[in-house]
Amino acid sequence: MTQPPKGARRSYGAEAAPYAHPSPTTTLTRARSAQYLFPSPTTTLTRARSAPYLFLLPAAVLFALFFALPIGYALWLSFHKVEIKGLGLGKGAKSEVWAGLENYTSALTDSELAASALRVLGYGAIVVPVMLGLALFFALLLDSERVRARSFARLAIFLPYAVPGVIAAVLWGFLYLPDVSPFHFLLGKLGLPEPDLMDGGPLYLAMSNIAIWGGTGFNMIVIYTALRSLPAEVYEAATLDGCSELQIALRIKIPMVVPSLVLTFFFSIIATLQVFNEPMTLKPLTNGIPSTWSPLMKVYNDAFTGGNIHAASATAVVLALATFVLSFALLRISNRRTTQGAGR
Amino acid sequence: MTGLASPPLRTTVNGDGRAAGTTPGASQGRPRPRRTALLPTAALVLGALYCLLPVAWVVVAATKPDNELFSTFTFLPGDGIADNVTDLSAYRDGIYWRWMLNSVFYAGLGAVLSTVVSALAGYALAIYRFRGREAFFNVMLTGVLMPPVILAIPQYLLMAEADLTDSYASVLLPLILSPYGVYLGRIYAEAAIPMELVEAGRMDGAGEWRIFRRIAVPMMAPGLVTIFLFQFVAIWNNFLLPFIMLGDDEKFPMTVGLFTLLKQGASQPSLYTLVITGALLAIAPLIALFLVIQRFWSLDLLSGAVKS
Repeated sequence: MTQPPKGARRSYGAEAAPYAHPSPTTTLTRARSAQYLFPSPTTTLTRARSAPYLFLLPAAVLFALFFALPIGYALWLSFHKVEIKGLGLGKGAKSEVWAGLENYTSALTDSELAASALRVLGYGAIVVPVMLGLALFFALLLDSERVRARSFARLAIFLPYAVPGVIAAVLWGFLYLPDVSPFHFLLGKLGLPEPDLMDGGPLYLAMSNIAIWGGTGFNMIVIYTALRSLPAEVYEAATLDGCSELQIALRIKIPMVVPSLVLTFFFSIIATLQVFNEPMTLKPLTNGIPSTWSPLMKVYNDAFTGGNIHAASATAVVLALATFVLSFALLRISNRRTTQGAGR
Repeated sequence: MTGLASPPLRTTVNGDGRAAGTTPGASQGRPRPRRTALLPTAALVLGALYCLLPVAWVVVAATKPDNELFSTFTFLPGDGIADNVTDLSAYRDGIYWRWMLNSVFYAGLGAVLSTVVSALAGYALAIYRFRGREAFFNVMLTGVLMPPVILAIPQYLLMAEADLTDSYASVLLPLILSPYGVYLGRIYAEAAIPMELVEAGRMDGAGEWRIFRRIAVPMMAPGLVTIFLFQFVAIWNNFLLPFIMLGDDEKFPMTVGLFTLLKQGASQPSLYTLVITGALLAIAPLIALFLVIQRFWSLDLLSGAVKS
């Protein structure tokens, strides 16, 4: 600490060493060469060597501050707890002590968390297949020359992407209210029972609908782009062989866009497990949504309503790990399927 | 984000004229039967109508005066749009417009900074061969997979340590770095910038920074627009971070503002009309932006590399 000049210079050298190996002379030339019109090859090289690190610097600093540091801190918090001494009054009465796996065991045995995880799994089981199925279906339709109104439909289906999740939930939330809902209106006219769309079983459909509405367009564009990039010769050959459009779609197009499907699948799962905005927004409109409906709401609730940041951090870590494990497991399964399919 | 499936990009960049789909004769590659497939067209139009339904509803609902919202048929327009907008503007001295401005500020500035950071990093990763290149890229990509919640709580606590919570910076700063954007930047730079041009620039004595500014940036322009739009939408739509960070509603973005309004509506239903009008006014700019921009910027460009 008390030897700044020497220490500072050494650390600078150590930092520069791995990539630039600058001898004092090249550093000097580099500094001067800026004014020279014809720099020597060596100085250009030196400059080019440090340049990528300078270009990456802003991203690296931001990553360290807003990704690495918070993740590390969350991990640290998850292994600590607050210990209160005596009556817990005054400064120093509360201290953070090592908690081992305590927070994790209580997170994993928490019935509220388990319930919310189950809810979200059920929700995901509706959202992911329906959303991606529709996205693929619409992408194939967009890619078919015989279908009309394509540019209109492409834009219309993509439109929800520009609508924030909170606002999407507001719009649909009102459309679910019995006094406003056209569904209730229709059911009433037909003399059918009018279920409460924001409670019990229908709530899953209502919630899924918002996610499907919001996500289909983007995934459709992703798949559609992959379809557009396939070489036209393949289709020509298939058409000459007398394949129908449906056969081309099923036998050629879908297998060829499998990589895009796998990726959209992967990211849809991650997004689904982290659902927060929509249930949070629907909550004021109904009594059917508890404040721990999704795991993320549970984390939020623990941290900011319950004030237990240590438990919340452990839950968040568990959630992150579960997301990774689940999405990678599903990715592997789908990969194995595809390779098997290709082998046949 | 998805280094695994980059190939589509090149074709999209070249082929976006074709992707518009309306230019006759643009799709030379494929035979073009003229017969319309009725059923598939109907299915596609149905899908489009489904996606337009809530938007159409909010346009209609925003025209209804308070007393008609829950009493007249959903899609029957009223004549109160002007009153509703006036009421909304008058609500707490026009705080709604404050939220709108805040959103524009967060999303606009955030997206600009994000584009700059992504362009710099993406360019470095695409053009230079240096030690730690792949490691850096991979670490960055895992950042994409990180659930925002695991970041949000410690981000809040760290911001609190730095005395920055409830400030504009607390919402702006964490959103500048988008691993997504860096990934896109790399892909676009790889696709758009020929190495020979960079070498030629060096031969002519241009510095690395000058090469980046004068050669790379113009060539990456369509990609940079895409990164900007992507980030703009991402920040505009963001709810969790400002919801956690901010307490003072003068600093709220649109999403958090409308949410609090909706929450109050539970006990004060007359606010619902304001929420609905506010929702319409909040989505109008982004929809307009996409409608305008799609004339010279293709949607496919966004997806060409972004797989989310």
